[in-house]
Amino acid sequence: MNSINEKPSYQVVDPPEGYSSPGFFATTLDKAVGLARKNSIWPLPFATSCCGIEFMATMGAHYDLGRFGAERLSFSPRQADLLMVMGTIAKKMAPVVQQVYEQMAEPRWVLAVGACASSGGIFDTYSVLQGIDKVVPVDVYVPGCPPRPEQIIEGFMKIQELVAHESLRRRYSPEYIALLKSYGIQLDNKYTHGL
Amino acid sequence: MDYNTLTEHLKEQFGAAILEIDPTADIFTMVVESDQIKPIIAFLKEQEHFDFLTDLCGIHYPDQPKELGVIYHLHHLKERKRIRIKAFVSKDHPYIDSIVPLFLAANWMERETYDFYGIQFLGHPNLKRILNVEYLDYFPMRKEYPLEDDTRTDKDDRFFGR
Repeated sequence: MNSINEKPSYQVVDPPEGYSSPGFFATTLDKAVGLARKNSIWPLPFATSCCGIEFMATMGAHYDLGRFGAERLSFSPRQADLLMVMGTIAKKMAPVVQQVYEQMAEPRWVLAVGACASSGGIFDTYSVLQGIDKVVPVDVYVPGCPPRPEQIIEGFMKIQELVAHESLRRRYSPEYIALLKSYGIQLDNKYTHGL
Repeated sequence: MDYNTLTEHLKEQFGAAILEIDPTADIFTMVVESDQIKPIIAFLKEQEHFDFLTDLCGIHYPDQPKELGVIYHLHHLKERKRIRIKAFVSKDHPYIDSIVPLFLAANWMERETYDFYGIQFLGHPNLKRILNVEYLDYFPMRKEYPLEDDTRTDKDDRFFGR
């Protein structure tokens, strides 16, 4: 029988690289912020079809995305960090996806879940957007039709890696501003410095 | 009312505008001149009491001289009888009278038919696209347009035998 004083066999999270001695721990701000962000991502589920059903399983007790710090879904884009697009996006829906993305605060990430969100999937037809990367920049694509919860979790973990290792300056870089401009998305002046 | 007397009434009333009658089809079917569609449907509604418009849709037969068609389904609720009316127009002159003044239900169905086939309904109160995006510059259900989207980038033609 385990005693209450015994150390747990799991580790909550690995500390970043740094210097430590009794009484202090030193690391870079990037790494500390990345660690905090990585483990508290608030996803905004944009679920339009069957991939959304898989996402519901992912959020359920069996797979439990809450283990990754993503327990709290944000149904307002203003507090969300990660836009998860799951399902077929019709061309009529495309401006809505872009508007939701525009309303999210920086830093923000996008996960395209499933074949439809990634490339249009089987719906190669006049009414369907051929991948959400036609309207918003995508960080990670999850293949599958629909992907299993394990795959969605793997995609989420790839996002976590990006979040953990992102430079704090990336969102101010001319490359990033140019990327958003190529999608016709205007950034706040705070970021562009009049660029 | 049976279909024989109905045929007589229609022939008497509209004569040459009734191009073809097929009583052997699953539903009693007739092809009519497109410029007479409104009086014919008004006659069927008011005189013969086909008072319910079940369906209105478009069709495209690229091999016909008059390529585009509008198909109306009417229902006689009391006698439980149905009738199908087809009217064809040419692609260069795709105009037909709107039947919104007769059946309000035709409003959205005519908009849908316009949206997908480009058939212009004269006298429609609000003839604009209903299902597709506003900026679509063609009528996607016409056979001369490919079904596939030309913005698709990840399909390799070799894998599809093209």
